Amino acid sequence: MTKLNSKIPQGDLAQKWTNYKSHQNLVNPSNKRKLDIIVVGTGLAGASAAASFGAMGFNVKIFCISDSPRRAHSIAAQGGINAAKNYPNDGDSVYRLFYDTIKGGDYRAREANVHRLAENSNLIIDQCVAQGVPFARDYSGLLDNRSFGGAQVSRTFYARGQTGQQLLLGAYGALSHQINLGNVEMMNRREMLDLVIVDGKARGIIARNLVTGELEKYFAHAVVVASGGYSNVYFLSTNAMNSNTSAAWQIYKRGAFFANPSYVQIHPTCIPVHGDYQSKLTLMSESLRNDGRIWVPKNKEDAEKIRNKQLKANDIKEEDRDYFLERRYPAFGNLVPRDVASRAAKERCDAGFGVGNTGLAVYLDFASAIKRLGKDVIEERYGNLFQMYDKIVDENPYENPMMIYPAVHYTMGGVWVDYELQTTIEGLFCAGEANFSDHGANRLGASALMQGLSDGYFVLPYTIQNYLAKEIKTPRMSTDIPEFNKTLEEVKNRLEKMMKIQGSKSVDYFHKKLGHIMWEYVGMGRTKEGLETAVKLCKELKKEFWSDLRIPGDINGVNTELEKATRVADFIELGELTALDALQREESCGGHFREEHQTPDGEALRNDNDFMFVGAWEYKGEDQTPELHKEALKYEAIEVKQRDYK
Amino acid sequence: MNLTLEIWRQESPKAKGKFETYKVQNISADCSFLEMLDILNESLIDKVQLPINFDHDCREGICGMCSLYINGRPHGPDDEVTTCQLHMRKFKDGDTITIEPWRSKAFPVIKDLMINRNAFDQIIQAGGYVSVTTGGVPDANSIPVNREDAELAMDAAACIGCGACVAACKNASAMLFVAAKVSQFALLPQGKIEAKDRVKAMVAKMDELGFGNCTNTYACEAECPKGISVSNIARMNREFLCANVK
Repeated sequence: MTKLNSKIPQGDLAQKWTNYKSHQNLVNPSNKRKLDIIVVGTGLAGASAAASFGAMGFNVKIFCISDSPRRAHSIAAQGGINAAKNYPNDGDSVYRLFYDTIKGGDYRAREANVHRLAENSNLIIDQCVAQGVPFARDYSGLLDNRSFGGAQVSRTFYARGQTGQQLLLGAYGALSHQINLGNVEMMNRREMLDLVIVDGKARGIIARNLVTGELEKYFAHAVVVASGGYSNVYFLSTNAMNSNTSAAWQIYKRGAFFANPSYVQIHPTCIPVHGDYQSKLTLMSESLRNDGRIWVPKNKEDAEKIRNKQLKANDIKEEDRDYFLERRYPAFGNLVPRDVASRAAKERCDAGFGVGNTGLAVYLDFASAIKRLGKDVIEERYGNLFQMYDKIVDENPYENPMMIYPAVHYTMGGVWVDYELQTTIEGLFCAGEANFSDHGANRLGASALMQGLSDGYFVLPYTIQNYLAKEIKTPRMSTDIPEFNKTLEEVKNRLEKMMKIQGSKSVDYFHKKLGHIMWEYVGMGRTKEGLETAVKLCKELKKEFWSDLRIPGDINGVNTELEKATRVADFIELGELTALDALQREESCGGHFREEHQTPDGEALRNDNDFMFVGAWEYKGEDQTPELHKEALKYEAIEVKQRDYK
Repeated sequence: MNLTLEIWRQESPKAKGKFETYKVQNISADCSFLEMLDILNESLIDKVQLPINFDHDCREGICGMCSLYINGRPHGPDDEVTTCQLHMRKFKDGDTITIEPWRSKAFPVIKDLMINRNAFDQIIQAGGYVSVTTGGVPDANSIPVNREDAELAMDAAACIGCGACVAACKNASAMLFVAAKVSQFALLPQGKIEAKDRVKAMVAKMDELGFGNCTNTYACEAECPKGISVSNIARMNREFLCANVK
């Protein structure tokens, strides 16, 4: 019944990737020149993949919805990137990084993929340093590390609070180098709206030129989608405004399976929601939990007085503070993984101990760190984050504790890929946050950058070659063949249909409404009834969208409302799939918490007997229920346990 | 608060643009500047009018996508912020706010407040990188970097490529942008090998693309949302001179 073949190589776990590389097929240099690759997305995964393909000698086109590849949302990652270098001599190793990542993902990721990721982690740091990425250094001139959640070692490399920016600019530099050499062609302000399949293989894309409005056809021997995650399904998230899931969703509709959509990461430390006009939420990096302590008042009366502005945080005496993460999880303290920290904050707020105007906030306090290390050290470590907080909230975090609350931040689910990062469509690959592969049900901090760059620099350059070796006899195709024209026609019809609705509601109206449904019913605490409601509401919203949407302006030229509409149409459908997936998963694991399934002290309760699988959904047509395929997860190298951070 | 907005509208790159006046009401002081524009756009869509196009993305001051010349200042009346981080508490009830795109020959308007900053990418493509390819590089700790140099390199590398420096400069010079990238690599051992070729290629590309010359007014530094120092320009001038001596 199942069509899933994960193609995990034989052999010992630690030797699988080496064996794969030793036996894969290669393409000789003269043939590489005859092969075209399309990469969609210019974040860490896309930019690093395109730069690597270009350097290898393939012909590459890379697509970006923004004016420049440097705008991709990888740029906003703050805290750092993990690697198993063990420079601090604190007991780290490839195995330990692998182990922490599997455990952090609540035993819902593939062993072989995660081990490869841990192996590649060290190469990434070497690569980035060679590119001139200005990582933090100690006084000897060597690289410095800090700690992130879910680890008891310091393995996180960082560039102040702008690590994502510096890594992306490193990849952007490598990409720019290849563009200069003519190996890569940059296609900016273009959005992929569909995939073209010829004889069962991915052979190109249809993209809309966001300046002229024209639909354009592009051929390639292989297509890589690296278009990021789908957090914006929730409307309010820490993702950028233009982050969207449309490329991933269109390939789903063309036959690529979509895995584990219910695994959504809610990040504990974000600036709380403050008004209904708000357009997005801002993350305060997990690195802050190295030195910040999270607390709420111990007494409900104090919390209430704070909410009514009769008391301030600094009025609460030390003994009247509840450092609830340190209390509940003494072994990991403030550095428990994100899912655990988020749920603990929600629990306190739901119990009436929350602070801020809305009661939906907890404190992140630096007073003891400032006392211990001095303000200068804190400023050097987190200066830009403190400044960002001050600009948004208008309060000085050096003097008053920050207020934070969980917010949607990252999506572990995504397009199903095999070990080679190939989707269920031949010749179509998916990398970075857009795929589902390495984080299981919960991603550890500082692992997203690692995965994006591992996929782009060190996995795809090998695996895509293994595929393209079979394509050396396939000549470049004209884009004037029926497959391209038909797909273009379908995209055109869809856009025209949208433009013609001329109803009464703006795109944002629908997006916000979807966000409310998702946060309310598919958020941090999920129930069977709530999820059924969400499925129903998403279906209704889809109908309303297609009958009452209003897009002003013209289908030609710049039309940002039309751009948003194509994305929100896809978000609504993905929202429904997310709820469906959460509904079938009758257990709690990582970021997916079903209230029916918890331990007596409120921790996530897995059901390994029935749910130790990847849930991959197959599209079955418009308004049809998709089919669930299961890829069983096997743990051979590590013992599966109840996750314990106590 | 209630505000009057004078906003530049321009249909296309070739079209003639003009200011149009809009009113917005009941804007919260905690609202960001771009959220205020979102509210205006929603009201325009309600009236079946065309919303105002402006570039924006991350809305947390790091992607460099947002721009806007607000009351004669790039990124508006606050220091070291991007427009997306500017909040309405910096304005007063009843204010009139003038909003324009960046004005520079090298950054043509696409529509309304959206501009084409492709010139910056072209400058980087000319040499703003260390030209290593993937793989075959030494262990990270085999390249020690003096901590002070690493910090200075990071200061320069913090540039977000928004173009405020060009917009602030009366000559529309891109010197601060180029100098930041040249400096980052000039300060690091990894960048030294190609330093001469890099500075020559990037400066030549900058000149070719129609950016103006630097006359040391320091307007770029004053308006840079990331506080990039003009000392980087001095460093680039030194690099450029040394590169051309031999």
